[in-house]
Amino acid sequence: MIDQFPPALILMIGSLLIPLLRGRLQSAYMLLLPVAGLAHLLGFSPGEYGQIRIFDYALTLVRIDGLSLAFGYVFHIAALLSVVYALHVKDNAQHVAGLFYAGCAIGALFAGDLITLFVYWELTAISSVFLIWSRRTDRAYAAGMRYLVVQICSGMILLAGILLHLSETGSIAFTGLGLNGPGTTLILIAIGIKCAFPLLHSWLPDAYPEATVTGTVFLSAFTTKLAVYALARGFPGTEILIPIGAAMTAFPMFYAVIENDLRRVLSYSLNIQLGFMVVGIGIGTETSLNGTAAHAFTHVLYKALLFMSMGAVLYRTGTAKASELGGLYRSMPLTTVFCIVGAASISAFPFFSGFVSKSFIVWSVANGHYVLTWVVLVFASAGALIYIGIRIPYLAFFSRDSGIRCREAPLNMLVAMGAAAAMCVLIGILPKPLYDILPHAVDFEPYTMDHVIVQYQLLSFSALAFVLLKRTGIYPSVLRSMNLDADWTYRRLLPGIVRVVARAGGSAGNPVLRGGKALVSAAISGCRLYHGPQGILSRTWTTGTAVLVVTIVLAAFLIYCF
Amino acid sequence: MEDNSKNRLEGAGILKKTCRVLYAVCVLLLLADGFIHKHTHISAEQWFGFHAFYGFAAAVVLVLAARGLRVVLGRKEDYYD
Repeated sequence: MIDQFPPALILMIGSLLIPLLRGRLQSAYMLLLPVAGLAHLLGFSPGEYGQIRIFDYALTLVRIDGLSLAFGYVFHIAALLSVVYALHVKDNAQHVAGLFYAGCAIGALFAGDLITLFVYWELTAISSVFLIWSRRTDRAYAAGMRYLVVQICSGMILLAGILLHLSETGSIAFTGLGLNGPGTTLILIAIGIKCAFPLLHSWLPDAYPEATVTGTVFLSAFTTKLAVYALARGFPGTEILIPIGAAMTAFPMFYAVIENDLRRVLSYSLNIQLGFMVVGIGIGTETSLNGTAAHAFTHVLYKALLFMSMGAVLYRTGTAKASELGGLYRSMPLTTVFCIVGAASISAFPFFSGFVSKSFIVWSVANGHYVLTWVVLVFASAGALIYIGIRIPYLAFFSRDSGIRCREAPLNMLVAMGAAAAMCVLIGILPKPLYDILPHAVDFEPYTMDHVIVQYQLLSFSALAFVLLKRTGIYPSVLRSMNLDADWTYRRLLPGIVRVVARAGGSAGNPVLRGGKALVSAAISGCRLYHGPQGILSRTWTTGTAVLVVTIVLAAFLIYCF
Repeated sequence: MEDNSKNRLEGAGILKKTCRVLYAVCVLLLLADGFIHKHTHISAEQWFGFHAFYGFAAAVVLVLAARGLRVVLGRKEDYYD
């Protein structure tokens, strides 16, 4: 029985017991949970476990294979790093939410059918919002609310898609679905929201920078990579994903160059890296899917590292805004070094982790002769150095003396950052262990002389451009400002239209608003009447009544047919 | 809106040295281009110094476009508050 125990439940159930413990015991227990989860996962051999029947549907709670394992390993590592990073926090709500959320994401990875996926999908949305609300500011509350609405919408669309797909095919299996009908289209849109497709993305840079210092580290790892996994599982080789992914790598770059909040810059760059993974899925060859899995793996680590370093800055100085920061390398030398390692990894410098994974995807694109996509991806690779590789470490730790003198990050944060940085370098130098856990056999060597040299050419000349643009004053200076993004449509445009309609009509407009509100209340009270407590459709009927109703319906049917 | 209060370049010495190293590296990498055999799928990659020039151009285009974007979409920090 124990060998069939779903891996997700160790973190999910285990996290609920955290508030019962105190002090060092609590810390030790929290560290133990992801380690125990990973040890349990290593005991599984590929296959399907935990089959249960609900009504007519056979659910598969756990399906272990190459693709889910690669993501499963890195999710456990990310959970462990996040726990170490958050050990100093004295807030049980955050600890429980973080680990429960990690558990839900792991559960979704191993879901063998669409219904199980849906349940975990919604649980990740609900548990993760507490990491935003725990910041306990009005801004965080509002951002969390917007985040929750978007995530729940994704879940509802997923459910609608699953039901349509079920009625079309009669299957709830979570395998290659492909884009072939309204059901799978809705499923793709639902995943696309969580995966931050262009124009569906704005919840990400809106919410992540508003979460707590430690919460953002959890958030950066799970939700979006779960969506990447679901895409890779359900839609490999779906061509439309290639232009979508290419657009994801391009557009957020321009925002990242001018954004003032450095944690928001990291959120935009997260979106860009997802684009590379989505392109890999769209191409759908073994090498490109390997690239997506490998890039998700390295990305979770270096992105967590970058969020940890900016979180440490926020924790010590009270701000992550470039306009307030600068010159921190004297006060926080270790954090500076770790941040630079993360920046080198995301910029895909040879001998850092991003290089050994991103190369797969760019190579697959070139190999498939997707020339335009290749042009965009290489553009994004060169740009990475500008918007994050140089910009983040430069603005936070060098640039100018902000006058801030603070202490180095707490020991637990340094340990977490050091471990993540070590993994970034190790994977970069020795990619073999990473390649061994990828879903397909690896037939690709990133370290060839020409590949290393052209990559250094790309990055060095991009850096040269940065230096020259900076010297000539063309590089955009840091401003205390923000930039409008797609969330403007639902934060300003739609409310504005409603207000204009109400005002323009004067006394005639108000009935429109009142009518709208009345319609909503009518819908709610209608649902309550029929489905609420003692509602006619939710009441427990006696067998006799049920039989009577069925008999009447059948009789009516019989008469009608004659 | 720009903050010029403390514009002294921090760690100027380190940055100056880093820049010098960067210039040297750029020259060496461009020279190296003549000596490597490139295994490529895209014909443009065979051009001399393609990645060097493309990397430089990409950075310039990105920065100029972002400057323009800020003019159109930039708002005060408390726009939504």
